[in-house]
Amino acid sequence: MSFVQALGAGVLRWLAAFGHASLFFKDLLVHGLQAVRRPDLVIHQIHAIGNRSLVIILSSGLAVGFVLALQMYYALVPYGATESLGLIVNLSLVRELGPVVAALLFAGRAGTSLTAEIGLMKAGEQLSAMEMMAVDPRSRVLAPRFLAGVISMPLLAVLFSAVGILGAWAVAVGLIGLDPGNFWSLMQDRVDVWRDVGNGVVKSAVFGVICTGVALYQGHETQATPEGVAYATTRTVVVSSLAVLSMDFVLTALMFSTP
Amino acid sequence: MMSKKSIEIGVGLFVLLGLAGLLFLSLKAANLASFGQRSGYVVTAPFDNIGGLKVRAPVRSAGVTVGRVTGITLDPQTFRGVVTLEINESVKFPKDSSAKILTAGLLGDQYIGLEPGAEERNLQAGDVIASTQSAVVLENLIGQFLFNKAADGGDKK
Repeated sequence: MSFVQALGAGVLRWLAAFGHASLFFKDLLVHGLQAVRRPDLVIHQIHAIGNRSLVIILSSGLAVGFVLALQMYYALVPYGATESLGLIVNLSLVRELGPVVAALLFAGRAGTSLTAEIGLMKAGEQLSAMEMMAVDPRSRVLAPRFLAGVISMPLLAVLFSAVGILGAWAVAVGLIGLDPGNFWSLMQDRVDVWRDVGNGVVKSAVFGVICTGVALYQGHETQATPEGVAYATTRTVVVSSLAVLSMDFVLTALMFSTP
Repeated sequence: MMSKKSIEIGVGLFVLLGLAGLLFLSLKAANLASFGQRSGYVVTAPFDNIGGLKVRAPVRSAGVTVGRVTGITLDPQTFRGVVTLEINESVKFPKDSSAKILTAGLLGDQYIGLEPGAEERNLQAGDVIASTQSAVVLENLIGQFLFNKAADGGDKK
């Protein structure tokens, strides 16, 4: 009987946590839309979240493009299909790698700093102090960060893909010596703006909502101790990475299941 | 602490950079439009069958890329595929040069092979390459092969 009770307690606790997170998320969405009226706060957060993530996103995109071009070239040589190198790199970056890897890097670079910042604010009772002054910390602190993350993520993912394609171009044309015309013409022939590029942007916007939402939730729910903040920061990376990867499968199945 | 102005400029640059990336993906790496035209002279070549030739495919002579395919249309009178070629200004071809549609590798993309002729005058902008050879369509080739095989078998009996 104690086993059944433990099971029931576990399910109830999980349901309560899920409901709590959903309510928090709903609050974020509502206040996030209202944060449009405070653009100076949002701009400040885009600078902290987007601009400061730019270096790692751009350098990773370039490295992924380099490596992808080299590996694909070795795989394509036996089939004499090296001219489709650009197409393969483009499709894999725009559809999958750009949004997903950029989101994973974003969770590591920006999500953790959001969690730590909010967690320490809570530990220092700054959030409670705001409430005492009749300032809603959700609209003053959380909402601008949420909106900034949702705006920054698609831009970063697009830049990741663009830089990756340029990197692949540099390797394919400069190092390997493929024909640059074929490299671009096959892409332009087979990559569709709405279906491939557009869906990639939609994906990255969803990942932006997930990563920023998870980071803010973990920061807001942290235990107000040094260990609590450390634990919340770790959980941000783990939960948002898993959520991004599983959501990516769902989105891919919805977007690209028909050829 | 950075000043408000420099933060705003930084964010503005970030957003512009992101939009530039999106523009690059849409225009250069996808099918929204094609830019980056090089200067050259334009000639046309009618083919009976262009096979899988695509716009922006390379034009090669002796294996060296000398131009691009800039357009493919169907002539409504003759029902031939008219391919517009843009050939680099620096390369001149005799007027009686011939154009073939060839394939790069077994499964590769198709391109136009130009073979120079012997005439003294050169091709100019707006000229038509009269002597052309169509793309090899694999189905026709197999059909022909099977037909010949059947005909040979009939003779032997």
